[in-house]
Amino acid sequence: MDRIPAIELKNITKTFGKIVANHNVSLSVNRGEILAILGENGSGKTTLMNMISGIYFPDSGHILIDGEEVVIKSPKDSFDYGVGMIHQHFKLVDVLSAAENIVLGLKGKYNLKEASAEVSRIASQYGFEIDPAKKIYEMSVSEKQTVEIIKVLYRGADILILDEPTAVLTPQETSKLFAILRRMRDDGKAIVIITHKLHEVLSLSDRVAVLRKGEYICTLETKDATEASLTEAMVGKKVALNIDRAEPKDPEDRLVIKDLDCVNREGAKVLDDVTFTARSGEILGIAGIAGSGQRELLEAIAGLQHVQSGEIVYNDPKTGKVENLRDKTPMQIRQLGVRLSFVPEDRLGMGLVGNMDIIDNMMLRSYRKGKSAFLQRKEPRDLANEIIKSLEVVTPSASTPVRRLSGGNVQKVLVGREIASTPTVLMAAYPVRGLDINSSYMIYNLLNQQKENGVAVIFVGEDLDVLLELCDRILVIGSGKVTGLVNARTATKEEIGLLMTKSSAENEEGGANNE
Amino acid sequence: MNKTAAAKEKKTREPLFHIVKKSGIVWWKAWLIRIAAVIAALMVVAVITLVMTGQNPLEMYKAMLDGAVGNSTRTWNLLQDTALLLLVALAVTPAFKMRFWNIGAQGQVLAGVLATTACLRYFTDKLPTPLLFVVMILCAILAGAVWAVIPSIFKAYLNTNETLFTLMMNYIAINLVAFFCFRWSKNSGNDVIGLINRKSKVGWLPEIGGNKFLLIVLTVAVLTVVSFIYLKYSKHGYELSVVGESENTARYIGINVKSVVIRTVILSGAICGLAGFLLVSGVHHTMTTEVEGGRGFTAIIVSWMAHFNPFYMILTSFLIVFMEKGAIQVASSKNLQLDDNFSSIVIGIIILFIIGCEFFINYKIKFKSKNKEEEALKQ
Ligand SMILES: Nc1ncnc2c1ncn2[C@@H]1O[C@H](COP(=O)(O)OP(=O)(O)OP(=O)(O)O)[C@@H](O)[C@H]1O
Ligand SMILES: [Mg+2]
Repeated sequence: MDRIPAIELKNITKTFGKIVANHNVSLSVNRGEILAILGENGSGKTTLMNMISGIYFPDSGHILIDGEEVVIKSPKDSFDYGVGMIHQHFKLVDVLSAAENIVLGLKGKYNLKEASAEVSRIASQYGFEIDPAKKIYEMSVSEKQTVEIIKVLYRGADILILDEPTAVLTPQETSKLFAILRRMRDDGKAIVIITHKLHEVLSLSDRVAVLRKGEYICTLETKDATEASLTEAMVGKKVALNIDRAEPKDPEDRLVIKDLDCVNREGAKVLDDVTFTARSGEILGIAGIAGSGQRELLEAIAGLQHVQSGEIVYNDPKTGKVENLRDKTPMQIRQLGVRLSFVPEDRLGMGLVGNMDIIDNMMLRSYRKGKSAFLQRKEPRDLANEIIKSLEVVTPSASTPVRRLSGGNVQKVLVGREIASTPTVLMAAYPVRGLDINSSYMIYNLLNQQKENGVAVIFVGEDLDVLLELCDRILVIGSGKVTGLVNARTATKEEIGLLMTKSSAENEEGGANNE
Repeated sequence: MNKTAAAKEKKTREPLFHIVKKSGIVWWKAWLIRIAAVIAALMVVAVITLVMTGQNPLEMYKAMLDGAVGNSTRTWNLLQDTALLLLVALAVTPAFKMRFWNIGAQGQVLAGVLATTACLRYFTDKLPTPLLFVVMILCAILAGAVWAVIPSIFKAYLNTNETLFTLMMNYIAINLVAFFCFRWSKNSGNDVIGLINRKSKVGWLPEIGGNKFLLIVLTVAVLTVVSFIYLKYSKHGYELSVVGESENTARYIGINVKSVVIRTVILSGAICGLAGFLLVSGVHHTMTTEVEGGRGFTAIIVSWMAHFNPFYMILTSFLIVFMEKGAIQVASSKNLQLDDNFSSIVIGIIILFIIGCEFFINYKIKFKSKNKEEEALKQ
C-alpha cells in the first residue's frame, strides 16, 4: 500500500488500573475507505477509539494522522485534526434544536440562520433527512444520530468514527445510514465503524480489524471474509451459530391482553386496541419499526405505564387464579404472586443502577424478602458470583460498579438477574442490542431454556432473521396497532416486513380502507 | 486543510503530563494524601501569614491549638460543638443521598428549638421532669419533621423545587423564632428571653458525672453508628440510594418513590428537630435566632466532604469546628495583630486544600517524558 493512511495507530496500550483495555494495538485506516472494527464485548474497541477522539490518553504508543505523529489531549485537539466521533451514547442537549446543538460549543459568533443553511447543505450533499429547527427531545433515536453526524461534519471532520451506530436503528434506517456512509467514503473521507452485526460488516466495510481481549488480532479484506471466518477471528475458536427451537410443551394461556389502549404524555395514542395472548412454554416475538409502541406495551404490562382502557389478564399456573393486572403498580403485581420479569430497553436507566455494584444490583429484585428491616447481602453476593461465572461476565469482581462494565456485560448482569427470580412471564426488550455474537447466542439460549422451563417469553427484537429463528409466533405491530400474528416457523422476512409498515402506509393513504 | 496543518504544528509536542482517572485507591493511601494536603495547607498559610501580616505563623498556630484544646473546658466545648454539627450533618445526609436538595436544615433545627422552648415555658410547672423531657423531645422531633415534610409533599406531588422551598421555610422559621422571642421576653421591648429556669434548672439536660457535655457527645456518637447502619445495611437506606440514583429504576422494581421521598425527608427533619432540642435543653437554655449557629449550612459541607459516610463526617465536622474555635482565639489573641477576617482566610485555604486533594485521590498525573526516560534506562 503506497498511500499514507489517514490514521495510523502504533502499539497503543491503555490500562484502567489492573484492566488492560488495549495492549499493543496497531492498525490503520485510509482515506476513501471504510474500516470495520470487530471484537467481543469488552475487547477494547470503544476505548481504542476514545483515544483517537481525545477522551482517553494512551499509556504508551503513537497516533499518526496523515503520516505525522500527533498528540491528542482533548476532544478539541481531535476536532482540530479533523476527527469526529459519534458515540454509543449521544451527547445532545434535549431542549435545544438540531441547529443549536450543532453550533453549540463553537468558538466565535455564529448566525443561526447561516448555520441552518449550512446544515441543510451538508444534509443534501450526503442525503440526510433533517429539520434544523426541530428540538432534540422531539426526535427519534435515528434523527438524533443524524444530528450527531452532521455536527461533526459541520466542524469539518474528514475522519469519522462511529461507535455501534446501528445498534439503535431499524433495518430501514440502517440501510439509509449505510448509503450515506458510502457516499462519504467516495467523497474521500476515512470512516471507522464499530458494529457487532456481521452482515453489516460484510456489506459495508472495505477492511475489518479484529480485536480480542484488548489485543489486535488481524485485519482482513472484507471481500475475502465470511461470517464464519470473522467469528472465528473474533472469538478465537470455531463457534456454532444456530438456535435450537424446541416445540412448545403443553402451552397454556398465561397472559391475555385485550383491547389495550394507551396514550403518551403528549396525548398521542401509542397503543391502539392491542390484543394478543402469551402462552407458557413459548417465545412470542414482537416485531415492528422502533417506536411503534413496543416499549409502552411492555411497560403497561409491567405496571409502569398508565392504561386508558383494556385488560391485562394473568392466569396463575399454580393457583389457577385469574388476575387483572391493569393499573396495578409493580409492587401490587408482585404482591399478587405474579412472577413477572422484565429486561427493559434502557438497561442502566431503568433495569440497573450504574453506580451500584453487581451485588447491590442483584438485590434490587430480592431485597424486600423477609421481615427484617435490614438487608441480606449473602444471597445476592452468591447470585452475583454465580451469574459472573455462568454467563462469563467480564468484571474485576462482584463489587465493581455496573457502570464500569462494557455494554455486553451490563446486559448479562441484567438478564441473569431477571431470570434468577424464576419468572412465569419473561419480557425482554432488545436484549441483544449492543451484544457481540457470542453473548447474543448466550442470551438466545437463556431465553430458550426459560421457554423449556414453561415460562411465557415475550421477546421484542429488531433482527427479523433472529426473530424467525428463535420465536414460535411473531406479533407484528405498526404505529401502536397489531398488524399481524404469524407462525415463525413458516413466515418469511418479506411477509413480516410488509406487516410492519402496513399501518403506517394506511395512515399515509388517509387510513381509509382496512382490506 | 490549512487548519489541520496549523493544529499539527502546534501540537506535536508531547504534553508535559496528562491526567488519568484512577480506578480505585487503597484507603491508607487516600488518607496519606489527605494528611499531606492539610500539611501543605498549613505551610501555604504560614507563608501567606508571614508575607501579608508579618506575624509569626507558628505563634498563630499555637493560638489556634490553644483556642481549640487549650484547656479541658475548651476541649469539651470543641467535642460538644463537633457533636452538634455532626448531628445536623447526619440529618441532611439521607436526603442528600436521595438527591433531595434540602437546604432547610436551619429552619428545621429552629423549629425544634421553638418547640423545645415552648414546652419549657408552658409545661415546666405542669409536668414531672422525666415526662417533660419526653414531651420536649417528641415535640422538637415533630416540629423538625413537619418543617421538612411540607416541602417534600409539594416535591412529591407537584414537583416543586425543593431547594427554594426549603430555603423559604428557613426564613419563616427564623422570623417565627424572632416573633416568639419578642412575645416571651420578660420585659417586652428587648426581645431577650434569658435563661429559662435559671435557678431550678428544670428541663436542662442532666450532667453525667459532673460533665455537662458528655450526654450530647454520647447521644451523637450513638446516632452516628445508627445512621451508618441505616444507610448501608437497612432496606430503607438501600431504597433511598436507589431513588437517588435513578427514579426510573426505583419505579421499575416497585419502590413507591413518593413515599420514600417523604419518609426520608421526615427522618432528616426529625433529626434536625432533635438537634434543636439539644441546643436549647443541653447548651443554651434559651432561645434566640442565633442558637442554630449556621450549622444547617455548614452541615452540608461536612456531609459532602465525607462522601455521605457518617464515620468520615466525624472527621470533617471535627476539622471544621476545630478551625472555627482556633480562629476565634487567633482573632482575640493579644500577641497577634490578626482579626477574624484573617482567620476566615485561613479556614478557607485549609478547606480548599482538603477539598482539592480529592482530585489527587481520584486522578493521577502521569509525566510523559519521565516515563520515557525510565523506559530508556531499563533497556
Ligand atoms: N473508564 C473505565 N474504567 C475502568 N475500566 C474500563 C473503563 N472503560 C472501559 N473499561 C474496561 O475496559 C475494557 C474494554 O472496554 P470497552 O468499552 O473499550 O469495550 P468494547 O469493546 O467497546 O465493548 P462493547 O462491545 O461491549 O461496547 C472492559 O473490560 C471495560 O470494563
Ligand atoms: Mg463499546
